Amino acid sequence: MLRTSLIFVVIALLSLPFADLEITTSHPWTELGQIALGAIQPDLSALWQLKTALLNTVVFAFCGTSIGVVLGAGLAFGFSWAPIRLFCVFIRSIHEIFWAFLFLNIVGLNPICGVLSIAIPYAGIFAKVYAEIVQESDKQPLVGIPTGTGVISRFIYGVLPVIYADAKHYTTYRFECALRSSAILGFIGLPTLGYHLETAFREGTYQTAWALLYAFYLLIASLKYWLKPRLTPFYVVGAFTLLSQEVTVSWANVLRFFTVDILPWPMRRVGVWSGTNHIDFSLVPVLEWIKDILITEGVEGVWNTLILTQIVLAGTGFFALLVFPFTCRHFSRWPMRPISQYVLVVLRTTPEYLLAYVFVQLWGPSMIPAVWAILLHNGAILAFLTSNNADRLQGKIDRPLRYIDRYFYEVLPRIYGQFLAFLFYRWEVIIRESSILGVLGIYTLGFYIDSAIVDHQLDKAALLILLTGTLNVSIDTVSQRVRRRLQISTKLFVLD
Amino acid sequence: MKSDKLQNPLLFDLVDERADYQNKVALKRITLKIRQGEKIALMGPSGAGKTTLLRLLYERSQLPLNGYQNVLNEVAYVDQHYALVSQLSVLHNVYMGRLDRNSTFFNLRNLIRPQKTVLTEIELILTDLNMEQQINQTTGTLSGGQKQRTAIARAMYKGGNLLLADEPISSIDVQQAGAILDLLCQNAETIVMSLHNVDFAMKYAQRIIGLRQGEILFDQPTSHVTLTMLDTLYNP
Repeated sequence: MLRTSLIFVVIALLSLPFADLEITTSHPWTELGQIALGAIQPDLSALWQLKTALLNTVVFAFCGTSIGVVLGAGLAFGFSWAPIRLFCVFIRSIHEIFWAFLFLNIVGLNPICGVLSIAIPYAGIFAKVYAEIVQESDKQPLVGIPTGTGVISRFIYGVLPVIYADAKHYTTYRFECALRSSAILGFIGLPTLGYHLETAFREGTYQTAWALLYAFYLLIASLKYWLKPRLTPFYVVGAFTLLSQEVTVSWANVLRFFTVDILPWPMRRVGVWSGTNHIDFSLVPVLEWIKDILITEGVEGVWNTLILTQIVLAGTGFFALLVFPFTCRHFSRWPMRPISQYVLVVLRTTPEYLLAYVFVQLWGPSMIPAVWAILLHNGAILAFLTSNNADRLQGKIDRPLRYIDRYFYEVLPRIYGQFLAFLFYRWEVIIRESSILGVLGIYTLGFYIDSAIVDHQLDKAALLILLTGTLNVSIDTVSQRVRRRLQISTKLFVLD
Repeated sequence: MKSDKLQNPLLFDLVDERADYQNKVALKRITLKIRQGEKIALMGPSGAGKTTLLRLLYERSQLPLNGYQNVLNEVAYVDQHYALVSQLSVLHNVYMGRLDRNSTFFNLRNLIRPQKTVLTEIELILTDLNMEQQINQTTGTLSGGQKQRTAIARAMYKGGNLLLADEPISSIDVQQAGAILDLLCQNAETIVMSLHNVDFAMKYAQRIIGLRQGEILFDQPTSHVTLTMLDTLYNP
């Protein structure tokens, strides 16, 4: 395990010289002061005007999650079949924002775009996690079921009650993620919280921005008080009712997207120039076109994405190892412990995309904002989980008195396996975020996808999104191999 | 009495069988006939293959072409580890014994709201087992003995003419164990059960099969089994 960790540290160090780590803004710190000032004086009156955005954020999250749950549960039944597994890996490897880019062009700027962008990747995630929960659940009860029992009866008596608590726990956690996803979809124009956050940060009205952020934190912190299983059906019905009032879909657009826009340019070129909509089916120019894009933008994008990912991966690990003692009962007590826990919750609740956006405003577009944004968000989650694990350890009575000895001899060796498993679990998440942050002007894959969308080259964007998906699938596979080889597992919790 | 038994229909006729399951002891050279109406105790140290033999019998009884269908309408199995759904109530766990006899719709409805007919019948069984107080408790919160009695209640609710029971009284105190074995013997026509307690085996079984390291060491009417024979099982 130590050797593997060192290999990853070395890879990260070797990546550093290739990373663009410049601060390009002239007064990075004065702006930070302004932002901090806004935190103390939030403009709460703005919230009333922005209540629709808050409501939309919740509605999209509800609709997206519930569609995701239904599709995911269905897919989970077929999860032992490799094609279904591959399909799920693929749909979840594409970030919500990339899905939104595609749907913007298919259905236009409308709620369906937001809901589907959440529902599709989440379906892939739910399928995987539900299938894993069933796989790791207690099979003993099935022995007690008579042989001739029907599949459905068998499931509702022998499986569902056993997995219910875990599945509920995970679904609730995912709903929290969906609120984050829903909020940041506003950054690309959907009418959620992110839309107004973006405006506020761009225009420097930090008091409004903070009011929105506080509302968002409150929303998430209060989840446990209002998100009850019994009430959920009412919320879902309500959300779909609200949603259905605003939906209009132009089928002509949908058709146009699939039959024209997404076709590789060489197939359409003659038709577009002559105005005849002629489509050319010869393969060679298409392959040339693919090769051309992959060699120029693809290679560059993949390279930068990987550089960023590897730096962040190692950084996230360091951050978590450094920070978890502050929230762990073996090292920290009142008031340090609750304060640190609070900070971690805030970092984990803030969408990484928003962090990155703010950092880019401060330091200009380079890898620095991206590194810190992804690192802080993921590091906070990892530190939280690691500290939880460490809290379960029973300290010996005659344990070392000095914290540093306790850390390296008593605690770290026991939790390191699980820590690594979680870190590698998040590798896939980190690369997904690394690619998407390109949208903010960092030269990862997202940058090229965003540029293609801006230039209305949907064919190119689709190809690059496909490439991003493939890259994420490969990282997921490598991560699984590493975890299996090290024989480490995250079994204590199920958290994506 | 003995000649009566011989005329009873044959339920199992194993000749030189072998069996192994993951993590379970392998069975070798098992030759054994079981007739309807027999009460058999399996004895032997842990790891001797008692569970494997019971599972083998259960699997055989479930085969569509076992040839004994006219005799074996329903087989109940009491698992050593109870095999309960700890998140469901005692009532639902007992009901699970008859999942295969009702429609999916009825099963679903009964999960949401237990049906009157089901309730009355299960209450009767639980009263016999001193478990009526716990009927709505989830089985995860029960003591070991209560869990075991729930598993027994399920087997009784399932009914049928063959009961296979793996250490059915291992967690139940001696005072109650006798009463429960009485109940089981009244309930099922044919019983094969593994037991650790010699006195109970002598009292409730008419035939004892001694197993060691996956093989049958002896297979005798209880009256022929001596303490010396039992000793050889545990102290070779």
